[in-house]
Amino acid sequence: MTAALLKDRLALVWAGLVIATIVSVLVGHDHAALGQAGAVIVLVIALVKARYVGLEFMELRTAPRVLRGLFEAWCLVVAAMVVVLFLVGS
Amino acid sequence: MVDTSTATVTESDTDRGRRPRSRGRVPGEAGIWILVLSDMAVFAAFFGVFLVVRIGQPQVFAASRTQLEVPLGLVDTIVLLTSSLLVALAVRRVRAGRRAFAGRLLVAAAAGGVVFLALKVTEYSIVIGEGHAPSSNDFFLYYFVLTGIHLTHVLIGLGGLAIARSAVRRPVPSPDLGRTVENAASFWHMVDLLWIVLFALFYLVA
Repeated sequence: MTAALLKDRLALVWAGLVIATIVSVLVGHDHAALGQAGAVIVLVIALVKARYVGLEFMELRTAPRVLRGLFEAWCLVVAAMVVVLFLVGS
Repeated sequence: MVDTSTATVTESDTDRGRRPRSRGRVPGEAGIWILVLSDMAVFAAFFGVFLVVRIGQPQVFAASRTQLEVPLGLVDTIVLLTSSLLVALAVRRVRAGRRAFAGRLLVAAAAGGVVFLALKVTEYSIVIGEGHAPSSNDFFLYYFVLTGIHLTHVLIGLGGLAIARSAVRRPVPSPDLGRTVENAASFWHMVDLLWIVLFALFYLVA
């Protein structure tokens, strides 16, 4: 029962990640129309996806606080860094 | 080394008067997380350098980006995501004692990695065939170097999956089997995670 739920959860996460990837490509394709906002959306989606890979596939959701915290800090810092550096360079 | 492979860890921690809730469970060994987090830190620096180099020449980067094969990159991403899912499922199957099934999942996941390698070789040959090289401009320099370093990680990850599979197939499983598979899985998920950011940066945004 628990195993089935876990399996379903993983499959759901996978489906969400694939949909987010396709949305990113569509937004990236309309980059010109959406301007810088489109690029920022794509970057934020990428780091949210990375976070889900970590929390669900890497099982960091149930990891010790230090490990999960380091991972989530990485996602947050990288997201902030790429968005700021992208905007500065545009 | 603290045994992190079973739920009894929480019990023994409670016995010692620690706060079990704040401890949680480390997948695999501590060592693999030092490697994974260091690699992630290095790649974070790479992402930063790429965008800093872009600051003086956004038009060059924008024009170069459109030369990349977005459909191939999209397929790359979905292949790695699927491969990651298969590895996560294999970890669950190992815990459930279904080692034969876990072995098949690991082989399927590794096949995804091989497909990724083949797609990358195809992509490089297309990009080079169109006359682009690391010496063309800063965009292509970082494109070849960073996707190349990532590809090296794919190869290392495939080695990890091979080790996990041979451990799963042993007639008498080692008591460390769970952790061996989790180590390989954690590295493989990192390869997936780093590609997600590379794909967004190089193919969709720059």
